Amino acid sequence: MDKVDSQTLLKKGAEASLFLANWHGRKVIVKARFPKKYRPSELDEKIRSYRTAHEPQLMHEAKKAGVPTPTIFSVDMKNAAITMEFVEGKQVKQVLPHVSMKERQELCVRVGVLIGKMHRRGVVHGDLTTSNMILSGEGKIFLVDFGLGEKNTEVEARGVDLHLMKRALQSTHYKFAEECFKHVLKGYSEVFGAEDAEKVFEKIREIERRGRYVDERKQA
Amino acid sequence: MKPSAETLCLGVESTADDFGVGIATFNGEILSNASAAYIPEEGGIHPREAARHHAEAADKVLGEALSKAGVKPRDLALIAFSQGPGLGPCLRTGATVARALASYLDIPLVGVNHSVAHIEIGKLETGAVDPVALYVSGGNTIVSAFDAGRYRVFGETLDIALGNCLDVFAREAGLKHKRGMPLGAALEKLAADGEKLISLPYVVKGMDISLSGLLTAATTLLQKSENRLEDVCYSLQEHAFSMVTEVTERALAHTEKKEVLLTGGVAANRRLQAMLSSIAEEHDAKFNVVPRQFATDNGAMIAWTGVLAYTHGLTTPVEESFVKLRWRLEKVDVPWIK
Repeated sequence: MDKVDSQTLLKKGAEASLFLANWHGRKVIVKARFPKKYRPSELDEKIRSYRTAHEPQLMHEAKKAGVPTPTIFSVDMKNAAITMEFVEGKQVKQVLPHVSMKERQELCVRVGVLIGKMHRRGVVHGDLTTSNMILSGEGKIFLVDFGLGEKNTEVEARGVDLHLMKRALQSTHYKFAEECFKHVLKGYSEVFGAEDAEKVFEKIREIERRGRYVDERKQA
Repeated sequence: MKPSAETLCLGVESTADDFGVGIATFNGEILSNASAAYIPEEGGIHPREAARHHAEAADKVLGEALSKAGVKPRDLALIAFSQGPGLGPCLRTGATVARALASYLDIPLVGVNHSVAHIEIGKLETGAVDPVALYVSGGNTIVSAFDAGRYRVFGETLDIALGNCLDVFAREAGLKHKRGMPLGAALEKLAADGEKLISLPYVVKGMDISLSGLLTAATTLLQKSENRLEDVCYSLQEHAFSMVTEVTERALAHTEKKEVLLTGGVAANRRLQAMLSSIAEEHDAKFNVVPRQFATDNGAMIAWTGVLAYTHGLTTPVEESFVKLRWRLEKVDVPWIK
């Protein structure tokens, strides 16, 4: 493994821990997936190595689609650790509540554009939340945390991806979740094409009807 | 000390297969918790048959709850009932009983959300104050935490509930419902003797999970004779529980709360308890699990949540006491939490 020194823990997440480190004179993030004691070791290793191997591939794929993602510097399969570019900025989650309505809506449209580009390229993110979007100092929105993502071009997978985005907005930004999601979809339509986007939107409605105790669900 | 008349609430629970009546004081003391379970001859719950069972059992269960608590109907100050979510015919049976009692005794009626009640009884019995709650039962799989007036839903199942997944599998495996031993407990017992982990679908999407593919795959394993039943049970549990534990940990990391509460019928499973206890420890949070007698659907949790609602200004006039089959957790105001 490449030498990484002066690690400081930035965030202990559920799925992985993020360290700020120095790598060849450069500020980097080391994302390490430590073993989880609660699950059997075979299952644990399978999950950790699968996600460690796939995440960089998906980030690279998204980048090719024009979606800013941190550059990957190295992948250490043995320790399930990824070394990547440190993007300085703020989580969109922290930004959204403190900007004007107009700026908020513009941000959401931009998020929708990024999701649309990524989906077009055949990548679904798997965990679209405003915590996984970083507004950089230069004003670019970076998508991070592709650990639950996959290469998938099915309408179902795209629908679930956007449904998760909606759910995340509802639990974190409940005051303006509806408005935000509407603008995300607007941006999505712009790059995805209105007709294809509508198929995905219909799928979102179908997914919601499948959900438990929702008004959208029809009486049998 | 004999509880005084102004301080007793009787709660009626009937969302699914259990008909329960519990009595709680306004101070949070549970005086009784009686119930009768509808056990189908075969297959899952038939809503109308369950409702018929509840109607027939109501009188006996009510009597039992009152006599165990040592109180008379006239001593009651409040009637609470499970207003939803749940199965229509079952909910309506409980609501009818509650309305009749409130009208006859001329005391207030309050409709309670079943999911909120599972969380509140867990908090009452364990002393948890502001937890990330994992509520797992035959009908629900929800990761929730309080924020700004309501319990927010952070994660849930995209298809079937955890308890449903385990029950359907158990029936497919030929396990029988025995009195005092739910199907889930029979499955847990077999799983404890599992040795080999068989690979099964593991589906986590964001904070949500999907269990239907896992159920199908595990059921398919049963048809192959080379698989020991114990190993299949073990593998199913390990995969399903790892999924709910992973999303609960995500909610814990996201909210940075310092307590975890496991509640609902599946909370009785020791393996699941161990997994959640492990993530709580990881995040320096206190792990709490609802006591077994309050894990499955019960009247006491409805009575206690009724007390919380009523003492914070909520009542449900009889003409507005229609049942709400699809009453989502995050739609309920909980003014008793600051």
